[in-house]
Amino acid sequence: MTQPVAASVALDGGVLAADDRAHGQEAAFVPSRGFWGHVGHRLVRDPVAMAAGALILAVVVVAILAPWITPMDPYKGSMLRRLKPVGDATYWLGSDELGRDMISRLMLGSRLSLFIGVTPVLIAFVIGSGIGILAGYVGGWTNTVLMRTIDVFFAFPSVLLAIALSGALGAGIFNAIVSLTCVFVPQIARVAESVTTGIRKRDYIDAAKLSGASALTIMRVQVLGNVIGPIFVYATGLISVSMILASGLSFLGLGVRPPEPEWGLMLNTLRTAIYVNPVVAALPGVCIFVVSISFNLFSDGLRSAMEIRQ
Amino acid sequence: MLLYTLKRLLYVTPVAFGVSVVCFLLVHLAPGDPLSAVLPADATQQTIDEMRAAYGFDKPLPVQYLIWLWHVLHGDLGTSIATGRPVAAEVGRAVVNSLILAAVATAIGFTFGTLFGFVAGYHRNSAADRAASALSVFGVSVPHYWLGMVMVIVFSATLGWLPPTGAGPDGSGNWRPDLDHLRYLILPAVTMSVIPTGIIARTVRALVADILSQDFVEALRAKGMDERGVFRHVVRNAAPTALAIMGLQLGYLLGGSILIETVFAWPGTGFLLNAAIFQRDLPLLQGSILVLAMFFVALNLLVDVMQTALDPRIERA
Amino acid sequence: MSVIPGTPDPFAEDRGGPAQPLLSVSALYKHFPVRKAGGRKQVVRAVDGVDFEVLKGETLGIVGESGCGKSTTAKLLMGLIARDTGQMLYDGQPVGERSMPWRSYRRQVQMVFQDSYASLNPRMTVEQSIAFGPKVNGVPGRQAVERARALLARVGLEPKRFAGRYPHEISGGQRQRVNIARSLALEPRLVLLDEAVSALDKSVEAQVLNLLLDLKQEFGLTYIFISHDLNVVRFISDRVMVMYLGRVAEIGPSDAVLAAPSHPYTRALLASMPSLDPDNRTQKALLAGDPPNPIDPPPGCRFHPRCALAEPVCSDAEPPLGAVAPLHRVACLARQPGSGHSAAPARALAA
Repeated sequence: MTQPVAASVALDGGVLAADDRAHGQEAAFVPSRGFWGHVGHRLVRDPVAMAAGALILAVVVVAILAPWITPMDPYKGSMLRRLKPVGDATYWLGSDELGRDMISRLMLGSRLSLFIGVTPVLIAFVIGSGIGILAGYVGGWTNTVLMRTIDVFFAFPSVLLAIALSGALGAGIFNAIVSLTCVFVPQIARVAESVTTGIRKRDYIDAAKLSGASALTIMRVQVLGNVIGPIFVYATGLISVSMILASGLSFLGLGVRPPEPEWGLMLNTLRTAIYVNPVVAALPGVCIFVVSISFNLFSDGLRSAMEIRQ
Repeated sequence: MLLYTLKRLLYVTPVAFGVSVVCFLLVHLAPGDPLSAVLPADATQQTIDEMRAAYGFDKPLPVQYLIWLWHVLHGDLGTSIATGRPVAAEVGRAVVNSLILAAVATAIGFTFGTLFGFVAGYHRNSAADRAASALSVFGVSVPHYWLGMVMVIVFSATLGWLPPTGAGPDGSGNWRPDLDHLRYLILPAVTMSVIPTGIIARTVRALVADILSQDFVEALRAKGMDERGVFRHVVRNAAPTALAIMGLQLGYLLGGSILIETVFAWPGTGFLLNAAIFQRDLPLLQGSILVLAMFFVALNLLVDVMQTALDPRIERA
Repeated sequence: MSVIPGTPDPFAEDRGGPAQPLLSVSALYKHFPVRKAGGRKQVVRAVDGVDFEVLKGETLGIVGESGCGKSTTAKLLMGLIARDTGQMLYDGQPVGERSMPWRSYRRQVQMVFQDSYASLNPRMTVEQSIAFGPKVNGVPGRQAVERARALLARVGLEPKRFAGRYPHEISGGQRQRVNIARSLALEPRLVLLDEAVSALDKSVEAQVLNLLLDLKQEFGLTYIFISHDLNVVRFISDRVMVMYLGRVAEIGPSDAVLAAPSHPYTRALLASMPSLDPDNRTQKALLAGDPPNPIDPPPGCRFHPRCALAEPVCSDAEPPLGAVAPLHRVACLARQPGSGHSAAPARALAA
């Protein structure tokens, strides 16, 4: 009855058998690529995501270079040349209610709009991931306390929470960013917690514990690399919401204050002009919309690029 | 079922408590003295102290919280600093207007969302499917306050079909169910419905596609059930989740209505919040947010319990 | 000679001499609380009073059906879950106390898991996974990587080709070789192999088993080899321990236990193995039904509801482990003199 093992052991003779040999040869032809290598490879083959990414990149470049490339002074108005239409010889995209050049203001406005839209998600990504990974990895009471606290913030619809916080804190860029960060931290933390809880029972985490690594080292080296992808995708999806909310705060007069150009704020000040020059009045919204939808499409592309079965 | 409801209730209680703490602390987040908005600049120290005592701001925070909570539990949300009227009455009137707007928007969103979702789910990868998914991306990406402006530009400023702002012809207060008032409701409600339309369409599409790909549908067809019967099965299986999403969307719209209400000058909670923020009327701000958040918590609870009751697959332990 | 710098490791050296067991486990218990319908609290008696010793340089095989407590025992031995009660002595030192903290113990005792894929981090290359242990123990990065490459070569994977690969890019057998290499990276004295070859194809399994034998020889290792496959256990083990429902049923030299099993359960287990000899086919199922529920184990001998030798006395008391031959002990009343069982031998064996 000992034949099966004994026989195959005798046959083995120390050389690689069929299974290992086959895999070894196949492996020699496929270049080794890490997870992110695969994701990038798939992402560049997604035309929609690439177009959205290119648009975002273009807006970022304009935002960075804005102070040097605006065709006119974005702050200098003229009472005589107010609300020129789109296509005007001097003002290509018209002029606003104070006679300032729209295209210059839109270009410069991209800076603050992007800044107050993206910064809260970035900060919340760091803080929320930290809280969520800690709660998910440690589990037990730490998890219960952290996650129940986070549930409280989920009891507020995010628009309401953002407006309540920045309403209480008062207007200003800093307060707007703080409020939006508070909105996104719980959302990211919840995702991070659930992804981390999903992997904390894996054998490789046990193996890492057995090697004598501290909890912090395991979270940093073993857990982080496996959970950061899904959290990141979720966060990129939030940028779209954040852009809309951030400009919304400025639209209400809670974010950026005049005379700084910001798309939401421009939309607000141009509301009075909708009967005179509706197209110009709607332009800042187009910018918000285009950037927001680009982030959404890019995030969708990233998500499907990351759905790799390994 | 009763046991499940009680369990959910038990779970919601600490959340509601947390919400009340957050709302209470909102006032204390605010920079400066909450009374500075109403006091004249040359007020004497004695006047300031008297006012502080009158509003209870002179006591330690936990005591203030307990007193506040006690009043809230008795339906007293305090007095508006700006108008001097009870907050509860102001919020109550505004909530009715907001609820009408949000409910109509949700109804529109649900109708079109399920319609698009069903078509897309039944004909995956068709042109209709692509249109539906484009619509849902549009719904969540569009700044709705801007969409509201565009609606006003098109239908009021340019075409002159519908009134741009307000809730009724008299320019004031309350919405009433008559034809005149209905015209005022159309633009804000349609604008607001774009978000739930997109989200419901996306969810229903995924649900329908999932149900249709399951084995039991194959089995039903094999047993000779006609397409109408299959459709009925799909509806029955998709309904609980779709209704739950609808309920949650109502909550989100009610809480997130401030931007759209501002665009359309709709006399609801959003409008009230806006006023409270800019007049630094903190009791009013606190009261409105508390009511909206509690409404959202209650709605969540209701949706959860109803979904469990409707869906035979969820265990009611 | 140790690759681990920094704190000198007092446990790397042999302390008690060859006669002292490397690991000695006594009265090990682990009950998991479960909540059944109606809210009654109950416990799963996963490991319910287990005693055994692992001798220096041997391979102790642990066999049993799924749910017998093999894997829980493995996790208890590694400290991955906390034991309820019980003592573990590593080379004479109580594990988990001041004189031998878990951290020191784990440098000496490493584990290879059953699932070769789940036990490797999918976002790390093979080399990074192996080098992780030495790195967190203070080996400089470059040296740790060199060590990883040397070990890869030693387990039969050419470093040039495999070091930079990710787990999903290599075969199951290759992955398990990587896991073995990782378990050796901290230079342990004892390696616990939990179903380490069970998921592999037969041909690959044989190669890995031979590799394990070579490594044992080369590094002077001691193995605890957990498996449900009696053929594999027979091939690799010096001694065998049979577990049933959280307790030890029989333990002894593998020749004795597997050639002349004493416990009715071991017999049934052996008889249920598929045979290649057509004249020796199993005619009827000796082990009927699933093992009883460990939440509510039967009273007395846990095997009696399925046992051919069961008598009323078997449901009265749990049989202790008694010697039937030198080093061969069995927990069965039918083998113990004076137990009241009709098949019991007349007098005690002079063990």
